[in-house]
Amino acid sequence: MNAAGFPLLSLLTFLPLAGAALILSFRGEAALVAQNARWTALWTSLLVFGLSLILWFRFDHGTAEFQFVERAEWFREFGVGYHMGVDGISVLFILLAAVLTPLCILASWEAIKARVREYMIAFLVLETMMVGMFSALDFIVFYVFFEGVLIPMFLIIGVWGGPRRVYAAFKFFLYTLLGSVLMLLAILWLWYSAGTTDIPELFRFDVPRAAQTWLFIAFLASFAVKVPMWPVHTWLPDAHVEAPTAGSVILAGVLLKMGAYGFFRFSLPLLPQASADFAPLIFVLSVVAVVYTSLVALAQEDMKKLIAYSSVAHMGIVTIGIFTFNAQGMAGALFTMLAHGVVSGALFLCVGVLYDRVHSRDIARYGGVAGIMPSYALVFMLFTMASIGLPGTANFVGEFLVIVGIWKVNPWVAFGAALGMILGAAYMLWLYRRVIFGRVTRDDLRALLDLRPREYAVFTPLVLLTLWMGIYPESFLAFFRASVAALIERHEAALGMARLAAGT
Amino acid sequence: MNWTLALPEIVLAVAGTVILLIGVMPKANTFFACTLAVIGALLLAAVLVLGQGEGIALGGLYVADSFSSFMKVLALLGAALGLLLSLDFNARAGLDRFEFPVLALFATLGMMVMISANDLMAVYMGLELLSLPLYAIAAFDRDNGRSSEAGLKYFVLGALASGLLLYGISLVYGFAGTTNFDRLADALSGTQNVPTGAIVGLVFVVAGLAFKISAVPFHMWTPDVYEGAPTPVTAFFAAAPKVAAIALLARVLFGPFGDIASQWQQVILLSSIGSMVLGAFAAIGQRNIKRLMAYSSIGHVGYALMGLAVATDAGLRGLIIYMLIYMLMNIGAFAVLVGMRRNGRPVERIEDLAGLGATDLPRALWMAVFMFSMAGIPPLAGFFGKLYVFLAAVQAGFWTLAVIGVLTSVVASYYYLRVVKVMFFDPVPAEGALDGSPAGLAAVTAGTGLFNLVFCLYPAPLLLTAGAAAAALLG
Repeated sequence: MNAAGFPLLSLLTFLPLAGAALILSFRGEAALVAQNARWTALWTSLLVFGLSLILWFRFDHGTAEFQFVERAEWFREFGVGYHMGVDGISVLFILLAAVLTPLCILASWEAIKARVREYMIAFLVLETMMVGMFSALDFIVFYVFFEGVLIPMFLIIGVWGGPRRVYAAFKFFLYTLLGSVLMLLAILWLWYSAGTTDIPELFRFDVPRAAQTWLFIAFLASFAVKVPMWPVHTWLPDAHVEAPTAGSVILAGVLLKMGAYGFFRFSLPLLPQASADFAPLIFVLSVVAVVYTSLVALAQEDMKKLIAYSSVAHMGIVTIGIFTFNAQGMAGALFTMLAHGVVSGALFLCVGVLYDRVHSRDIARYGGVAGIMPSYALVFMLFTMASIGLPGTANFVGEFLVIVGIWKVNPWVAFGAALGMILGAAYMLWLYRRVIFGRVTRDDLRALLDLRPREYAVFTPLVLLTLWMGIYPESFLAFFRASVAALIERHEAALGMARLAAGT
Repeated sequence: MNWTLALPEIVLAVAGTVILLIGVMPKANTFFACTLAVIGALLLAAVLVLGQGEGIALGGLYVADSFSSFMKVLALLGAALGLLLSLDFNARAGLDRFEFPVLALFATLGMMVMISANDLMAVYMGLELLSLPLYAIAAFDRDNGRSSEAGLKYFVLGALASGLLLYGISLVYGFAGTTNFDRLADALSGTQNVPTGAIVGLVFVVAGLAFKISAVPFHMWTPDVYEGAPTPVTAFFAAAPKVAAIALLARVLFGPFGDIASQWQQVILLSSIGSMVLGAFAAIGQRNIKRLMAYSSIGHVGYALMGLAVATDAGLRGLIIYMLIYMLMNIGAFAVLVGMRRNGRPVERIEDLAGLGATDLPRALWMAVFMFSMAGIPPLAGFFGKLYVFLAAVQAGFWTLAVIGVLTSVVASYYYLRVVKVMFFDPVPAEGALDGSPAGLAAVTAGTGLFNLVFCLYPAPLLLTAGAAAAALLG
């Protein structure tokens, strides 16, 4: 049974939906409805965050078993059930989603002026889909949430986005859908071969060697687009640039993690041999992603686009870590996912602060902001340093672990990853120099106001998290340890069996 | 004679005659009363169908089983909802003549005969009883050139299809010596070498039926008829007759020709692939939303046929679930389209929906639900419809079919998304916002929308009923 004593995960998943339904029922004067919608959305998401803290405190670090498990019959005749639960791999991502959503709502408080009610509904529905996706323990349930994310995100980009929002929204939707439907076929194959879609039960099902390759390719099609890996990353810069600030934060913070999570949850445990076979391909794609997108980032004129490309590079580090199949690399990948969720989310918020005031994301439009907005410059610097991977900040721990892990497997890949970190320092520092330092070239910038209390409220938790993760990572690594160890043990057992069967 | 098995049909026929008599009463306009009476008769027939026994009746011409009950209830529901959509529209368009509901009733009667047909002669009779009223109501707006053209086009091509069907029936009769399904099954199962003539006949029969469900390559009439006919008529066309024709096709293929599945599988397979591909690509360039829905329906028929092409019980179950969900998605979407008016005049371009998300949020949200559902995005019902046919295809090892299916569904999602984009991303056009929707339409929209939304919560009863219906057909 459940450690919380009540269906916590379902509550976390569907509470935002209830909030959205409440907002939908508001009637009356437009300004009042907008204000009520904001507050309702904020309180709902804060309540979800509060409840999600139970996961943090009551989660048992010592076991790789699924915890907070809930089951209900859905359509039993077909072997499909409603099954929720978390383990060390998924639990922190639920918390990440629960932390970022209220911050996003707060960050959109004044930036979103049109159709506030619909915006808040879309965000709450999005939170439902994200939390549900990370807690689903049934493949069909997972798929429903995995694709369900597309609907609110499509609307968020398309309705509240920038000038090329329609193009970006369609590209985002169609790209992701194309990957997902191939995964659907793989799920269907597993469904009828194993007779169930229950994930813990599927873990006990041995997928035949020949099928593993095809299934891996189908999963790869879906997860590689979501991560995104080079060369299917091109939707990401478009989506990031056109999405509203909060949309970018969720996109970078949580949605990109869905692909990497998919590798952890499905590809590795279900298809161990294929994962081992495809690891070199993943390494090559990831190193190309890390180096190539870092170089592309250097050439960007648009702040959001630069950070978007840096996201692709960071996620390249993550995919390298996943396929190292050792404790350092995998824990490092999970840690980098979390750290990237916090830091790149915060960087998008930093860009949003300037955008709200000046309505431009052109790097050339700025300069000398340090003298005008000192507190902002400090916050921006912290996250810039974190993104570079400065020791003492969150990203350092994750990237360091990944590089240690990959060094054991292939030093050349480690070299590529390290090269990416150097380039990362180059483009981030250069961005920072051009925007924050230098002479104030435009007079209108002199009138800018520094961070407001609401913005302090948004940034403070992220600053604290970044430092906490950098200074005392053990609080977070403790969650991963047992699950990662179990995953590696499982992987090696499967490979050992295969070797026995093939060799002697 | 156990004619009581055919009680729903008999009641419906009597009701139709009585309503016709009432309708011709002079003076007062009886359109409204007749429509309500017809809807009542349809619902009464549905209740009778649910209470119906099982067996073969009327000298072997007629069969009642749980497959026929399921599909009949579906067709009756679709017809009743379709008529509900016509109430307001026809009154405003000056089409409020009592013949309209009566013709729809007789068409529905034809559908029921088709679904229960157990003999090729009954098939033909049901099909003609369905088609003739449909020709008439396609041209119901007789002063409108496009409506007359739609009726005429439908009639000429429909007559051709009927001819093909009859020719096929005569070939099958000539080579197998009977038109009764049970005896046909016996005649075709025993022999190792099925006579070529019977197979040619089978292909002609399939061609005739493919016309009715507008499957590729017999789809050409669909966009023109959908566009030209008055919108409620289009809604009617898109829902109930498709259900009936698909049911008939399934019965013919699995009943008498069930043992020679390998002979017709390729035909259905190619038609399925063709329909999915055409439905996905041809709709992209459409500007008229009714034409868009026409191509969308061709695509959906392709997915439904996928369930048929695999020729397994899982496929049949998928097909039945697909038709159920398809019908309710379509009725809902058409309820929105029927209500599209600007300054009192009906409009039907896609751009006319622009800004609906800002001016009428509930209607735009429901329409978005239908569009996402048709695109097959979870958690909406349309996803589960596709899920079961894809599952059947994967189970039967039809990988090419399944891969083409999912890829075309991605292409098709583009044009469904375009409708959502127009509603939510585009500003309200200069001509002004759309008029408010009448309460009846809003109720149908909300009801079917709610079904699409909550189907995922408790699908078990419907799935089980569909499974039982499929089992009944396979015997």
